[in-house]
Amino acid sequence: MILALVALPALAAVAAFLTRSHALRRSLLVAVAVVHAGLVSLLWIDPSRFPPMGSWLAADALGRLFLGIASLLFLAVSVSAVRFLQRESGATSADTEEGFLFSNAPEAVFTACLLGFLSTMTLVTVSQHFGLLWVSIEATTLVSAPLIHYHRHHRSLEATWKYLLVCSVGIAVALLGTYFLAASVASVTGDARSAATSLTFSGLARAAASLDAGWLKAAFLLLLVGYGTKMGLAPMHTWLPDAHSEAPSVVSALLSGALLNCAFLAVLRILSVCAAAGLGAFGRQTLLVLGLVSMAVAAGLIIGQPDYKRMLAYSSVEHMGILCVGIGLGGLGDWGALFHAVNHSFTKAALFLLAGNFLAAYGTKKSSDVNGAARTLPVTAALWVAGLFAITGAPPFGVFSSELTILRAGVNAGAWVVVVVYSVLLAAVFVGMITMLLRMSQAGPRESPSPARQVVAAAGGSHQNAATAPGAQGSGRQNAARSGRSAARAVAAAPPLRAADSALSVAAPLVLLVLTGVLGLFIPGFLDTALKQAALLLGV
Amino acid sequence: MTTWVEGFLVILMLTNLWLLGSSRLLSCIAAVSVQGVLLGLLPLVIGIDVPAWRLILQAGISIGFKGIALPLLLLRAARSVDVRREVEPFVGYSASLLIGVAVLTVSLFIGLRLPIHGGAAPLLLVPAALFTALTGLFIIVSRRSAIVQALGYLAMESGIAAFGLALAEQEPLLIEMGTFLDAFVAIFVMGITIYHISREFDHIDADRLSSLKDSPQ
Repeated sequence: MILALVALPALAAVAAFLTRSHALRRSLLVAVAVVHAGLVSLLWIDPSRFPPMGSWLAADALGRLFLGIASLLFLAVSVSAVRFLQRESGATSADTEEGFLFSNAPEAVFTACLLGFLSTMTLVTVSQHFGLLWVSIEATTLVSAPLIHYHRHHRSLEATWKYLLVCSVGIAVALLGTYFLAASVASVTGDARSAATSLTFSGLARAAASLDAGWLKAAFLLLLVGYGTKMGLAPMHTWLPDAHSEAPSVVSALLSGALLNCAFLAVLRILSVCAAAGLGAFGRQTLLVLGLVSMAVAAGLIIGQPDYKRMLAYSSVEHMGILCVGIGLGGLGDWGALFHAVNHSFTKAALFLLAGNFLAAYGTKKSSDVNGAARTLPVTAALWVAGLFAITGAPPFGVFSSELTILRAGVNAGAWVVVVVYSVLLAAVFVGMITMLLRMSQAGPRESPSPARQVVAAAGGSHQNAATAPGAQGSGRQNAARSGRSAARAVAAAPPLRAADSALSVAAPLVLLVLTGVLGLFIPGFLDTALKQAALLLGV
Repeated sequence: MTTWVEGFLVILMLTNLWLLGSSRLLSCIAAVSVQGVLLGLLPLVIGIDVPAWRLILQAGISIGFKGIALPLLLLRAARSVDVRREVEPFVGYSASLLIGVAVLTVSLFIGLRLPIHGGAAPLLLVPAALFTALTGLFIIVSRRSAIVQALGYLAMESGIAAFGLALAEQEPLLIEMGTFLDAFVAIFVMGITIYHISREFDHIDADRLSSLKDSPQ
């Protein structure tokens, strides 16, 4: 049964690749997402129906939690993806920022990679062996690289190359860490040593007491650096803003909401081995420091960030930092961090999907150019406001309650420095993101358009006065495409819309945000139990 | 057998210096290809306690993938973009060689002090593996051309795999195959990306891929 969870999307990916009909492929995508989510809810209701397969595949409490997040998100994203693919089905389209023409990757490749992404992420959550975990995480990088390069132009290509190289090198470091782990097992003798189970989580936990501490420490650090790269922890986060801002928004939502969590899960796996070997305090302290560094770096880059998709990406770096701080504090923090992973995934995915709506309608990623959205995209704009307040930790959303739980864990542990730094950084991010929101909500034309914009407008011939502006220079091919839009923006309050709100484009973010809202007010019993069980697996 | 092992390991270390000192792309590809072949031959001579068919399979896959298929793939990519040599790397070739020697010293120093319990690993295996992995990493950060960076990744992967040989008895075959497959696909995807980069930009210098950054307000 567990194998079915992995195999179903993988087979569907092959089918999607071979199918020629767009309609059939899109329905296949949604159908697989629905069936996968159905199987996962069956797993949540009755785990005993999904017995472990050998010692390598099993859905334990931690895996179940992250599998649940990934599956639910994929369902939401698949609905938005259908809308996205409908919009993008033309042979070529003009670049939203620079105006040149480009084509998209074939839809078959995109859908196949999307399904393959689900399959590999599922494999990450159910693997019980460090080698298999490594293989599956590297596989997620490889199937998601073509997704980032869906829009075939130079920026997405640059993002793809950085993503591939930085993540592959990071994951290679994690492979070295996995071998170091094996080296620490080599010192184990007697009953605990059994070649087949040596690198399974349960086998390592059983043999933990006799593992070589030096090798294990080195292994932990290498694995943390390796999987931390994939998770987007600073200072290894450099691929993340580029990949998230250039990928189609449906892909960004999956990267941020599901993929980063998978890497986090890998970090938790090695932490629990360390804890079993009595090195828990060492591991948690390292995570705490790395988490605070990530939060600080992200806060610095969020403040004054003009690009709203990059801002969301840096916010993901920040939230990965928060997860590490929660785990680093331990105790209540474990529960808080796991709960935070759920909240962050839902909220961030919703925000990325909404950002996709803005991008489609306004054709810009600059937050200052998205004006009057409340009138033009009323539902998206309303959800955007709610989502931004949710992600910055305003009540009553789930992020607020999980961030507060982590804060309480800090107070309980008496780590006052951490508490102060954590609160200050959260406040800084709040200010940074709400400033952007205020900038976006300033409706109507700006009082003094920049000279460049005026010139471009003049080239369109629709705004006579601007022709007198000094420094009149434009660069060839971009002008033609831009001029019409900019001219209209300079002349009238209403920007020319290229896409309006539709049921398909707002349904998924709406549901996800309602979920975080509900989680802030009330945590269902089954989720609480699941979180507690998962936190137990982390050890002390 | 021990002399064979030590001999192969010394050659492995020399290929790193070869890789560090060559500006010609063909020469770099050849160095990495030799590393792949060595990596395939090493398990045959080390005398690991696993069935013979597995050793042969492992050797075949390593030589086939890393020794032949991937270098050919990168060679094709290099031909299609018409790049013959890396011009002006961030770190010059003499400096690279000096750094290489320093890295070799450090690898020997660390590697000889990392005892692997219970394993019958040859003395030079861990230093050679670390040296290869670190050389690969250095190549990735010090060269501009995307193809040479991909070669660096391949060298890094080979070094790590060589380290894994010391622990091969604990590693299930399936995982080993998965690792190989991932490395193969990674280089494959990188090759495709390089092809796209060359079509889009008329160059493959990764350092000129710099349009994405945080622009000030």
